[in-house]
Amino acid sequence: MAELNILEAIRGAMDEEMERDERVMVMGEDVGRKGGVFGATEGLWAKYGDKRVLDTPLTEAMIAGAAMGAAIYGLRPIAEMQFADFVYPAFNQIVSEISRIHYRSNGTFSAPMVIRMPYGGGVHGALYHSQSNEAYFTSTVGLKIVAPGTPADAKGLLKASIRDPDPVMFFEHKKTYRLFKAEVPDGDTVVPIGRASVAREGRHLSIFCYGYMRTVALEAAETLAREDGVEAEVVDLRSLRPLDLDTILTSVAKTGKALVVHEANRFGGFGAEIAAEISEKAFEHLDGPVTRLAGPDVPGVPYHHTLEDWFMINPSRVVDAARALAAY
Amino acid sequence: MAATDMRPRHADLGLTDEDVLGMYRAMLLARAVDERMWLMQRAGKIAFIISGQGHEGAQVAIAWPMRKGTDWMAPFYRSIASAITFGMSAEDIITAHLAKGDDVSSGGRQMPGHYGGARYNLVSLSSPVGTQVLHAVGIAMGAWVRGDDVVTMTQFGEGTSSQGEIHEAMNFAGVHKLPVIFVCENNGYAISVPLEHQVGGGSVAARAAGYGFPGVTVDGNDPIACYAAAREAHERARRGEGPTLIEAHVVRLTSHSSDDDQRRYRDPAEVEALKGRDPIPAFAAVLRSGGLLTDEIDERMRAEIKTEINESSARAEARPEPTADDAHERVYAEPIPGGGTAEPLAAPTSGEGH
Repeated sequence: MAELNILEAIRGAMDEEMERDERVMVMGEDVGRKGGVFGATEGLWAKYGDKRVLDTPLTEAMIAGAAMGAAIYGLRPIAEMQFADFVYPAFNQIVSEISRIHYRSNGTFSAPMVIRMPYGGGVHGALYHSQSNEAYFTSTVGLKIVAPGTPADAKGLLKASIRDPDPVMFFEHKKTYRLFKAEVPDGDTVVPIGRASVAREGRHLSIFCYGYMRTVALEAAETLAREDGVEAEVVDLRSLRPLDLDTILTSVAKTGKALVVHEANRFGGFGAEIAAEISEKAFEHLDGPVTRLAGPDVPGVPYHHTLEDWFMINPSRVVDAARALAAY
Repeated sequence: MAATDMRPRHADLGLTDEDVLGMYRAMLLARAVDERMWLMQRAGKIAFIISGQGHEGAQVAIAWPMRKGTDWMAPFYRSIASAITFGMSAEDIITAHLAKGDDVSSGGRQMPGHYGGARYNLVSLSSPVGTQVLHAVGIAMGAWVRGDDVVTMTQFGEGTSSQGEIHEAMNFAGVHKLPVIFVCENNGYAISVPLEHQVGGGSVAARAAGYGFPGVTVDGNDPIACYAAAREAHERARRGEGPTLIEAHVVRLTSHSSDDDQRRYRDPAEVEALKGRDPIPAFAAVLRSGGLLTDEIDERMRAEIKTEINESSARAEARPEPTADDAHERVYAEPIPGGGTAEPLAAPTSGEGH
């Protein structure tokens, strides 16, 4: 077991997969000699050379579209969007092409590739370096969407994503990169896509979360246990599509109350899908309204720290929402 | 052109007599399939047609140097003649237009004109224009990364040359000297909007200079000239010297599609004059003047093609329709759980509470 932070885990996953499979390559802005603006690809350029670790021009559509071409050709590209916020020039390639090539060719072509998406706020990045834009992609059939919250999951899920036969968008919350270190299994440990993990057992209510919100929810759960005697079960979804509904519904059946937490804005957010599934499939088990705690419906995370703090989901807000639900 | 000029011209390029007659035959076949598609559309068997008529000379000739099974192509919606040159059969194309369940392009999932075939290294096409050019660059990048001797060709119209993705593709290909051939088939119209309202500077080929690779302009009605440009581009790519942009001036003999009527925006005299700019009789005249094509050969080819089209159509029409049960298959490599597939939980038993 090694103690790694999430950034080191991501780097380790790419390194091991490039070592294991010469078809794997990395492409993106500043991923080469610099090692990425966050350092995720540090060391890879020196080890694998400037073709397999390819610095691209500032062209997100090209990064996605050329990665798709390379995937069709037989490579396993990892395309880095420098910030998830900058993905929109590539939206057409992702939605019209990458997600559809398998279906539209009746399964004769496919795009096994990963798009790494550094996302999320709380990093003083303001409107254009803080977005949680996963809902644009979770609603796109043909993509798989992953959002780990621990170093072990980051490493294991990235390895799974690289090996996956379908295109995977890998959402990595920037605030978690160096937030904490945790044990990561040594060796070739793959975490399967599509399985949630119960991060904390509880019996009074279920908190569904992913990415950085796992850390926030766990901290809130400790407060709830200590101050209220409320035992919250924290379910880290890890994969948003495919979604592990069995684990979600099993937890709801156990607790009867569901709080869905995400940083992305509320209206039409991914939490709405979870809430709808719970309402449709576990209605008889519910002992309170399925509740969402989500980012506010403003166009982006504002810059000033007072404004950013107002935007961000933090443990005390989760505690407040959980208390209200627990008391229902 | 004088007869004495013809033989040296194609022979100098390494083309045999059989090659040039083969090119002519591919043009005839593409035209015949295209015309059959229009008939089927008029007969109500096909909802929509988008035609390649007028583009055949450029398409066949530029695809001719490409090595089947090795090289790749990312086509556009008029690429019927290139697709044939790349290996798609008349039956493949008719089957795709009829959206049959076993059509090689999409199994009945895509509209007519969306060429593709994994077995031919012919990348499945979508409808937003220009996206395929990035796929071609990505395939070329893949070959470059792996050190493979593979050339990728892609086609698009001059209307599409306005898209930002074309710039992104050419810039990136220029940076790394990727083995890719960009083919702009300039027919003068983006649906209804003429070249002068679409292409600043008037030339797509001229833009290549800015990316650091050659841009050549060819007469799309001169297949030998098109072949010469394509062969040079192919050799350049294989030598590691990078991309070439070929702008072929072609004519669009038909309306944009079966849903369009070009008489609404093209001058009647211009539409009438199109007939005189058809690449097929133009190439036939060249071949005749060179002594390669005789009435007998021409009639035999056309008769063979007619039979081929009739038989291909009959076989295609007899193929199975796709079934609704199949429509949710092959979304992912394997079906995925979630998104509404889980069964509702059984209701809690009486007395169970929280």
